[in-house]
Parts: sequence; structure tokens; C-alpha cells
Amino acid sequence: MKVNCDINVHHLTRVEGHGNIKVKIHDGIVQEATWEVVETPRFFEALLVGKKWDNAPWICGRICGICSIGHTLASIRAVENAFGMTPSGQTSKLRLLLKHMETLQSHILHLYFLAAPDFLNVGSVFPLIKSHPDVVGRAAGLKKLANDMCDCVGGRRLHPTTTVVGGFTMLPDRKELARFRELLVGSVPGLVATAELFKTFHLPDFARETEFISLKGEQEYPFIGGDLVSTDGVVKKESDYRAMTNEYMVPQSTSKWSKLSREAFAVGALARVNNNFRLLHPTAQAISTDFGLTPVNHNPYMNNIAQLVECVHVVYDSIRLIDELLASPWQETRQQVTPKSGTGVAAVEVPRGILYHCYEFNETGHIIKCDCIIPTSQNHANIQYDLTALAAKFAAEGMEDRNLELLAEMLVRAYDPCISCSVH
Amino acid sequence: MSEAAAKPKTFLGVPVYKPKVAFFELTSCEGCQLQILNNEGTLLDFLDLVEVVKFREGMTGGTDDYEIAFVEGSVTRQDEVERLKTIRKNAKILVALGSCACFGGVNQLKNRFPLDWVKKEVYGDHPIDTAPVQSLEEIVKVDLKIYGCPIKKEEVERIVTDLAIGNDIVYPKYPVCMECKANGNICLFDVGEPCLGPITRAGCNAWCPNSRAGCWGCRGPADECNVVQLISIMEQHGFSRDTIIDRLECFGGFAAYADQLRTGLKP
Repeated sequence: MKVNCDINVHHLTRVEGHGNIKVKIHDGIVQEATWEVVETPRFFEALLVGKKWDNAPWICGRICGICSIGHTLASIRAVENAFGMTPSGQTSKLRLLLKHMETLQSHILHLYFLAAPDFLNVGSVFPLIKSHPDVVGRAAGLKKLANDMCDCVGGRRLHPTTTVVGGFTMLPDRKELARFRELLVGSVPGLVATAELFKTFHLPDFARETEFISLKGEQEYPFIGGDLVSTDGVVKKESDYRAMTNEYMVPQSTSKWSKLSREAFAVGALARVNNNFRLLHPTAQAISTDFGLTPVNHNPYMNNIAQLVECVHVVYDSIRLIDELLASPWQETRQQVTPKSGTGVAAVEVPRGILYHCYEFNETGHIIKCDCIIPTSQNHANIQYDLTALAAKFAAEGMEDRNLELLAEMLVRAYDPCISCSVH
Repeated sequence: MSEAAAKPKTFLGVPVYKPKVAFFELTSCEGCQLQILNNEGTLLDFLDLVEVVKFREGMTGGTDDYEIAFVEGSVTRQDEVERLKTIRKNAKILVALGSCACFGGVNQLKNRFPLDWVKKEVYGDHPIDTAPVQSLEEIVKVDLKIYGCPIKKEEVERIVTDLAIGNDIVYPKYPVCMECKANGNICLFDVGEPCLGPITRAGCNAWCPNSRAGCWGCRGPADECNVVQLISIMEQHGFSRDTIIDRLECFGGFAAYADQLRTGLKP
């Protein structure tokens, strides 16, 4: 039986940003198992100081290239909360629709382009273009639909242009929305085929008891604002987010770490499904159950399946939103903004988990203090504890280096980390 | 799809040479690389035009044997200076991809403050390694720039196609304002929205003004631009000096003008 192992992955591939995995096992005992984050910090919280409120969503969207829409919407909500504004029903629906399409494009990107190559035994999606043209074509089609809808509602799929404090600069074309509704209905078979594909993949058999944190849904599966909840039973107000995150620094990471009831916690699709399973669309719920994903599931690799389940949910929910939006004529596009001094907090569920933005303004609406807590930074500690447990479990089983290295890489990828985001 | 990929591409009957390309990212949001993956409609044709030999965000493995290096992001730490110099050594053509690579992007807003304050504001007393933000050409020679935050996928495809078939690369010399007018948009100044369209390099087809969002100058100055005149026009429209500075300094292309304006000097 093999009992020694030395794994060193410098700049893990097929994840956003820069992180390293190190595992050393000697005589069957784990000497080291480290998830290192080496990304260069960008200091968004400092560079926003002194900026007027209208800069915040424009600049903060640039924290992330994948979830720029989520950051923009969190930033807008934090400003609106600080100024005591409530978005209109129409604005809320359009924002949620935009959010859903970002969730869909991000999850599809992760499932097909970043995660699937591991299960299909290739280094990237590129060889799949020749070997599995139908699979790549389906992924490209679903991603294109989601991105085209982001263009339609948000003005641009990446770093949106129409989304502003108070509402939108302009509203989408109603005929286009109706056209997209039909395309969404037509996308369901592609999602069913995606589920069938993932059914053929063998998810690693590994679980570690974990606390999961997300927004707490009341009537709807939650994405924008509301109370915060953990599977260990903690409930907090949105404005009390710091009591939920408890950030601290560690030497192995340029990103901060978080904890709540235990040494670490997890956020993301799996956390949302674990906390809000009953609020999923019935079809999404059925697919989830079919995969054995029911609350509370502690296998981190199941995050892939939770993303798939959410793809189904957001497609059905987007159809509902478009129906509701088209049922009445367009109302006012944008509210007037009156800046005032105060603090505003926003919690928004972005593809990789719960995101917080908090700004403190002076009376002219200039930022005095800024705080952004990113999903991936909340997950780093949990990835570390999973990695240690994973190394111990499989070392005890005498697994080969190459296999353990792949499992470790797949573990980090399952969290779909957005590392440059976490070191904003 | 797979059949088309097997046939070599030709241009005027001559087989097109497939350059080996690599993608790298320094300090950035990686959104510009994502824009390349976002080309769902034309991605497969695009991939047929080049041979991608390194793309960490999208593939495992790869080599350092490449001719064209696309580098996204700005330089903010010594290890990035070294990485960039190595890339420069390996590549025949080094392309700065996006506003961060070209001008420092939103990252360079940090340069408004003393570095010690910036570190303390975010990390407290925890030691953290960072340097003032620099663009790529402050460190190495840059052969080509692809402007924008984010880059426009159609522009990348055009430039890469031109590189592959040996065409000259040409940028529009006129500003975004021309494209905006050609698109039949109303002038945003008339609806009270600040806009740098009259001085910013075109090529994005007035991406933001088309959505009634004023231009923030992410593509930097047009070849011929009169910043002083724009500032006075914006002042006539009632925009505060603060608002004008916010726009000018956001992506770094006009940072020098913003600095002058802030210190009270007319640029």
C-alpha cells in the first residue's frame, strides 16, 4: 500500500484566479494539506473612498468578470438601502430576471467548461469540440441564450450598462422579452440533457459535516436581499452581516477567511439548496431529489449538482417573471435619487454564494467607508478543511498521487472559486 | 462542426497560418478573457483560426512555445513584473488586453492614495505585498493594444483575424461621439448625463451611450481629442468638477488630465 505522497499544484487551472494546492503525506500521515491563495489584491474598499454614490455600482461591477451583474446589483442595493429607497415592483422583477440569466450563464460555464473535463478525462473543453460536438454545442447554446438575455435587460453581458441606482437607464424591448420567453421554454430539453450527462459522471464519495450559509427565503427561492440563515440554526438581519462572516486574516492567503458556529462554513449553490430546498421550482426539486440531493447534503462535490438544479429553477422562474412583466405596460424607468448620510448593506446571492456590499456615506453622498465580502473568500477556509479531510481519508485508503491530485483539484473546482474576486 | 474544424482555413485560396497564442492575466477581474469565451456564436470559428497553447482559466496543461501573448490586467506586485518580462521574452507579439493592461484600469484609482493608507484601510496591520499600479508598457514593450473595459469581442476577433492573415491593424481615429451620433442616439448631455464620448477612442460602437449610460472613457483618448474643450462644455451643462474628475480618472486613460484638474490646474 502506498503511504507517501507529495502533491504541488502551482496556479490551479480551470478556476478563476490564482491558487495553489499542496499535499504532503508521510507514512500514511498527512503532514501538510494546504489551499493557498496568492492572487494580487486590488483594494476596491480603499479606492472607492471619496467617490460619489453613482460611481459605486460602475466600479464595483469590475470586482468580477464572471459575476459583474451580481456585484453591480449588490452595489445598487447597498446605495438604495443607505438612501432609504425601495425599488418598484417592475425594477425588482427586471433585476431578478437579469440576476437569473447571470446565474444560468455562470453555472453553465462552470459545469461544462470548467468541471466536466475532469469527468470526461480531458484537460479542457477544447478536445471536446471534436470528441463531443453535441455536448459543446448544447453548452454554447445555453450560455448564449443567457448572455443574450443579459444584453437585452442589462445592456451588456459583462459589466452591465443599464443598471443604475433607482432603476434602469432604459427598459428592454417587449417583443424581445416575448421572443426570449419562447427560447427559454425551448431550452428545457437542453437542461434535461445536461442532467442526463451529469448522471453518467461519478461524483467522489466524500462528505464532511459543514455549516451552510445563504439568504433565507420566505415565499420565493431567494436571490436579492432578506434575512441570512445557516444550517446550524443561526438567523441574522441583512444589516447584521458582519456577525455572519467574522472575517480574519491567515498567513497562507491574500484573501480573508470567515467563520461562524464552526471552524469554517460554506456558501454557494449547495448552501442555497440546503437552506431553501422547499422553495425550488417543482421540476428543479424533482431533479435534485433524483440526484440524491436533499437537505442537508454535506458532499462538497454536490455543489456541481446544486448548480445544475439552480439552472432549471432560474429558467422556469424567468419564464414566470417575463409573463408577469408583459402582463402590464411599462411603468417609470428610474426613480429620482436623493443622497443622504448613513450606511447601507446589501446581501445578494451570486453564482458562487452570498455576497455583501456595505457603504457608509456622508451627507453629499460620497463614500467614507466601504466593505465587500465575497462568496469565495467565505469558502476558502472550508476548502482548506475539506482538503485536509480529503487527504486524510484517501491517504488511509492508499490512493495514488495522481488520483489524489485530481480529487483535490476537483474539490477546489467544485466550489467554482472566483479567486481574483475574493482578493478584490 | 467537427468536419469544418478538420479542414484547413484558406484566404484567397492560400492556407491560413495558425499562430500559437497564449492568454495570461495579471491583476484583473479576468473579464476580458471571459469575453473571449463569451463569443458563443463564433467561438468555434475563432478557435479554428489560432492554436491556443496556454489559457489557465480554461485549460489544464499547455506550453511556453507561443507567438502571440494576450496579457490581461495591470502590474501591482514584483512577481508580476517578472512574469510579464518572461512573457515578453517568449512572445513575438505582446498584446495588452483591456483597460487594466493598457492604462491600469479601475485598479489605478488606488494610486490616488498613499500606499500605506491603502493597505491599512483594507488589511489593517496584517502585512500585505503590493505596489502602485502600472500598465504593461510601463514595464515592457507592448506591440498591440486592445482597448475597453470590457474588451469588445468583435474587435478582438477582427484584430486576431488581421494578425493571422497578416493585415495591418487599424484603430478608428475618431471618438465614440461619432459612433453614437451615427447610431441616432439622443445626446446624453441633454438628459443630464455626463459623457466622455467626445474625447474617447471609438471602436466600441458607443456601447454605453447606446444604453443611455454616459461614456466613462474606458478606451482612453482618441488620436485627436480636445479634453480642455470637453471640460468647458461639461461645465456649461452644469456638471460639477467632481463629476468630471470621476469620469476622467476611472479607467486610467485620462488619469493625467484628472490629476491636473484635481490640483486646480486647467489641463
